[in-house]
Order: sequence, then C-alpha cells, then structure tokens
Amino acid sequence: MTAPTTTSQNIAEDTLRSALSSSKRPQRPNALSASLTFGWRAMLKIKHVPEQLFDVTVFPIMFTLMFTYLFGGAIAGSTGEYLQFLLPGILVQTVVFITIYTGFTLNGDITKGVFDRFRSLPVWRPAVLVGALLGDAARYTMASTMVLVLGLLLGFRPEGGISGVVLAVALVLVFSFSLSWIWTALGLVLRTPNSVMGVSMMILFPLTFASNIFVDPATMPGWLETAISFNPITHLVTATRGLMSGTVTTGQMGAVFAACAILIAVFAPVTMYLYRNKK
Amino acid sequence: MERDKVVSIERGSSGSELAVHAEGLVRNFGDNAAVDGVDLKVAPGEIYGFLGPNGAGKTTTIRMLATLLPPSSGSAGIFGHDIVREADEVRSRVSLTGQFASVDEDLTGGENLVLIARLLGHSRRESKARAAELLEAFELSEAASRQVKKYSGGMRRRLDIAASIVVTPDLLFLDEPTTGLDPRSRNQVWDIIRTLASEGTTVLLTTQYLDEADRLADRIAVIDHGKVIAEGTPGELKASVGAGALHVRLADPESRPEANRILSHSLGASMHLESDPAALSARVSDPEKVAHALAELSRSGIAITDFALGQPSLDEVFLALTGRPAEDEEADEKEEEVA
Repeated sequence: MTAPTTTSQNIAEDTLRSALSSSKRPQRPNALSASLTFGWRAMLKIKHVPEQLFDVTVFPIMFTLMFTYLFGGAIAGSTGEYLQFLLPGILVQTVVFITIYTGFTLNGDITKGVFDRFRSLPVWRPAVLVGALLGDAARYTMASTMVLVLGLLLGFRPEGGISGVVLAVALVLVFSFSLSWIWTALGLVLRTPNSVMGVSMMILFPLTFASNIFVDPATMPGWLETAISFNPITHLVTATRGLMSGTVTTGQMGAVFAACAILIAVFAPVTMYLYRNKK
Repeated sequence: MERDKVVSIERGSSGSELAVHAEGLVRNFGDNAAVDGVDLKVAPGEIYGFLGPNGAGKTTTIRMLATLLPPSSGSAGIFGHDIVREADEVRSRVSLTGQFASVDEDLTGGENLVLIARLLGHSRRESKARAAELLEAFELSEAASRQVKKYSGGMRRRLDIAASIVVTPDLLFLDEPTTGLDPRSRNQVWDIIRTLASEGTTVLLTTQYLDEADRLADRIAVIDHGKVIAEGTPGELKASVGAGALHVRLADPESRPEANRILSHSLGASMHLESDPAALSARVSDPEKVAHALAELSRSGIAITDFALGQPSLDEVFLALTGRPAEDEEADEKEEEVA
C-alpha cells in the first residue's frame, strides 16, 4: 500500500471537512412537496431515457390505425362511422396499457439499491409511489394527446367539444391513477420486472378486450354481456364516450368514480402494507 | 463457542446515549435465521466494523438497524430511539449506503444529490448549492452532468457516500463500502470514512476483509451464522487469533523435517506442512519470536528462499474462532439478495 503523499490522488480533505460542517438539517418537506420531488425524478428519467416514450407514442398510433382500418368496415359499415365509436375506447385501452409500466419501473427500482435509500429517508412514506404515479400521469397525457390528434386527423369529430374531450382525458387519468395501485402491489410482490409485466398483461388483456371498447356488447352472448357489465373498463369507456359526445349521465360518471374508489381503497393499503414490510 | 472466546470489554457507559444498542436481534427468512440473536453496543463517534463472510447476516442486521426490515424478535435503539416504534426519528438520524449502489443510475451525479437534498427539505437553490459543494468535495465536479451508469465503480461509491451525507447523519451505515474497488479508490473511501468519523459521525461498516476492519475500525464484531462470535478492538481480536501467519520457503525440500522441528520449538506452535514440499507455515502470536526462530534456522545452516509474515486473514480468524474455515453461506446470501 503506497503512502498517500500526493494530495491530488486523494479526496481533498479540507473541502470534505467544510462540506461536512456546513451541513444543516432543513425542515422536513411536506407530503406534497416530497411527492412532487419524486415526480420530478420520473421526468428526469424520461429526459435521460427517451426510448421509454416509445410506448406512449408508437403504440397509440399503431392501435388507432390498426383497429380503425381492420374492423371499421366490418363492424360499422365504414371506417368513419367506426372511428366515432372506437376512438374514446382506443384512448382508454392505450392509457390503461401504459399503466403497467408503473409496476415494472417500481420493481426495477427495488431490484437496484436506490429504493433502500429512499425508504431510509425521513420522508412521507407513500411519496415515492405517489410521485411515480404523478410522473406516469405525464406519460398518460402524452399518449392521450397522440390518440386524439391522430383521431382528429382521421376524421373523429367529438360532439362534446373541447371541454368534453379534456374532461374525458382527465377521467381516464384519474382511473389510471387508481388502477396503478394494483401494479404497485404486484411490483412489490413479484421478483423481477419481467414477471410484473407478464402478470399485468394477463390481467389487462381480458379486461380491455372483454369490454365495450371494440364492439357493442349487445351483439354478444348473454353471459358475456353480463360479465362485461361488471368490468370497470366498460364503465370508463361508456363515460368517456359520453363526455366526448356530450351525452354523459351522472350515473355513468358515478360508476367510474365508484370503481376508482374501490380500486384505491383496496390496493393502496395493500401496496403500503407490502411497502412497509418489504424485506 | 459463544462468549467464552469473546474479548469483550465493558465500556464505561458514561451516561451518554449509545449510537447503536441492539439486544437479541433476530431475523428469520422462512425457517432460516439470517440473524440469530445479535447484541451490539456502538459508542457515539466510533468506527465500528462488522466483519464476516458473505451471508453471515451483516446486511440483514444493517437493514434492521436502518429501519428497512422489521426484526422478527429482539430490539434495538439508535441514539435511544427504538427502530420499530420510533422509526421516523431513527431515519432522521441515520444514512445508509447499501451494498449495491443506492443511487439512480439513469440520473446524473448532480441530479442524484439534488434529489436527495430536495427530499430532505432543502429548497431548490440550497439543494443545487449543496450538490455542487459535495461534488467538489468528492472530486466529482467534472462528472456532475454525466449519467451515473457511466461512472466507474469508485466514482459511484463516492457519489453514494456523498448522497448519504447531504445532511450529515449522526450515524452512517456503510455496507461493504470497498468491495469490488481498486486499491486507489479503496484508499479514497477509507480517507472519507476517517474524515467523517473525525467530524463526529458514528460509522458502522460491514466488511469481509479483516485488513479493512483493522485499518478503520475502533472496534470490531465478528459475525458468523447470524451470531456475533467475537467482539473487541482490532488489537484484542488479533491477539486472540495470533498476530498472523509465518510462511517459510526452504531452499532444499529435504531440510523440511529439520526446519519443522526448529521452528516448532522456537515459535512454540505447531507448523503446517504445505502442499509445496519446500514450504511450511504457522500461526504466530508474537512477531518477536519470528525473528528469533528465523535466526535459529540460519544458525542450523538451513537456507530459506523467502519468508513472509502476514496479518491473519479472515479465514484464519474464523479458523481460530470457530474451528472451521469461513465459507460463504450461499443459501443465506441468496435470501439476502432477494430481500
């Protein structure tokens, strides 16, 4: 071991000492500020890893084009007619599918060491999760914008006007935030990001396809129609269509908010329990 | 093998609160007790080394003390605050630098420090200033706007420690701070740890290297199978094990029996005949005797090609303390990795 004689080889001790002594403990941040800081982290990650935006840009375009032109003629007689029906549903499907990245990302954080550091900080504990979900809301907004712009270009004309469309997107965001708590719980339970992805897909495929996104459930066998009426996605799509076409009812909105409340009431506590007792 | 070989000294608890006071700490993973009744007393301001092989329970113990993992039984206080009931108070006194870099690899070094500073409650401006100050102190200014995934192991470790002292903690946990580092980076980390301690931060570090514990720690606990099997200052510990190992290599393998007789006699220890027919070794407790033994050898006309007197290795400490060599406990380790 060579004696540390050259100071350039070593950490400047004086700078370190002064950095240590100039440290002071500020007041603890409140829950909102801590959550926003974690949201900022999510934004930074988008900045540094822009590839992850692939799913909020390319997928929405692909879905919208594919389903409109594949099924439009067969289901509604013309692609133009079908687009009026399909677009709100495609918006829901696109955003709901992106929510699974929440669990995927969270699981990645845990696998690496950074999660331990966050948990050892004296901050409001759910902040790391809430912040991640806030960051995701930005991604959902981006995806929604892609779908809407493309839809308008293809000839989608929402009767509900701008306010209807904005409210519809807001409703989809609220629902996605609520749904994400399922994925955070999964992200904490499963061992690898890929298994989180797999299980999430397994849940989401039946949930989105066995709904009223693509076709009117009235055309389906009775048992399936009944099953679909219990699917929260169905209610979300109905309310989104209603908002965009200006025909929404309080009952339709109420059903969505009830679904959101149930999702949060069940899965947020489960997530927090798992988070607190994470090995 | 519990406490009989322990070189323990009751410290005069001079009224002041212990930095760490753990009693009968246990953590089970399924049927397996990763930590099996650990007692620890760490005085404020000291560097405390936690020495043991992979999977001995070091990381699990640290995770419990840092409030990341609730103990299955037993209790521990950090500066008098219970790790379970007063976890929040504990978190505001400690910092943790985990075994695997606990920084965000996608972010830059500067962003990582700003993030932690913001989470601790600094304003945006203060956070930036604090980050710049720490980057400077840890010689990372040039790499400030580079993503951490592009950092070398040593830079990453330094950033990791910097993130732990954004607000200088009263107690810093360092889990294997130098594992995998090159010698120069290791020296830097050692310097940082010494400086931190001299400024009043209590440091609890885990290590697999006796050498590291010896150079840094004021006191060392040796942990094996989730139990503390010895505790004391490095000097006490080494005295209990022997000063180290003497390795001698003879010019002529034929003379080994004679050399064995002379060395055993003057060292007062039994020699180990190595697989190399010209080599033999022994554990020695007193380096003074080595000079004498080597002189005896040369007086008898036995030529040696080289000799070395090494510090006892962790293996030797283990051999002496447990009667068996240290071995990685694979199963436990996996459990900890998953955890």
